[in-house]
Amino acid sequence: MVNPNIEGKTYPRSEAYVVGREKIREFARATMAGEASLDLDKALAAGHADLVAPPTFPIVLQEFGLKLVIADKEAELDFSRVVHGDQKFVFERAIVAGDVLTSQLQVASVKSLGGNHMVSFETKIYDPSETLVCTALSTLVVRGADA
Amino acid sequence: MPDFAGLNVGDQVAEQNFEITRDSLVRYAGASGDFNPIHYRDDVAQAVGLPGVLAHGMLTMGIAIQPVIQWLGDAGKVVDYGVRFTKPVVVPAAGPAKLSVVAKVGALDEETSRARIDLIVSFEENTVLGKSQTWVQL
Repeated sequence: MVNPNIEGKTYPRSEAYVVGREKIREFARATMAGEASLDLDKALAAGHADLVAPPTFPIVLQEFGLKLVIADKEAELDFSRVVHGDQKFVFERAIVAGDVLTSQLQVASVKSLGGNHMVSFETKIYDPSETLVCTALSTLVVRGADA
Repeated sequence: MPDFAGLNVGDQVAEQNFEITRDSLVRYAGASGDFNPIHYRDDVAQAVGLPGVLAHGMLTMGIAIQPVIQWLGDAGKVVDYGVRFTKPVVVPAAGPAKLSVVAKVGALDEETSRARIDLIVSFEENTVLGKSQTWVQL
């Protein structure tokens, strides 16, 4: 299951992640994106500094934080019983190729519901000037032993 | 770029069908770094009691907003995007799982010139994403 005492716990900040133009294209193709996420000229014409990452791209940064939780013995998170409940991304600005980002995950809440645990995470993503770029909100459902 | 003034709540702004194959799952695993074997191995999916190999929820979420981005012409106009994962998309070993996406205007905010676009995402007549909404800047 999961240790309810990790509610409020903040995990260490990630190393810097450099958003690559070809990584954006790879992710865009994998999510069946069209020209808006593949065509550099279109992105520049729209006023962006480079290719814009698809809206779900920050999941890559959220994963870094989640790996820390899974590795954290105190959390006691049994990942084999985890189901993704919900996911949200809130953008302060678009993420573009060339961005250097760091992320930090906090356990927002741990709730018990009918034998299951619902764990909500908040991952904040910053640029090098410590300006918030995006917040990723995620809830995992940890199924109980009988569920 | 769509015109905010021309939009009404309830307008359908985009509709698109997608085909998700095992190939799509492998490609998404590589692009996202999510290599959970329930997304490509039948034996592992079966062993943990699943009806079959499932598409990554994040893949379905990632695909579902693409018709909206195509309509906008710019991924940078997405202010926020959230979904609930309500039902899994089972992807057969051969052949596609067919996903349909319909995007409609759910709300309009005159002050900020933002529109909430609500997505209806279905697989085999079932809605697979609940409360699937995105606010976009127009």
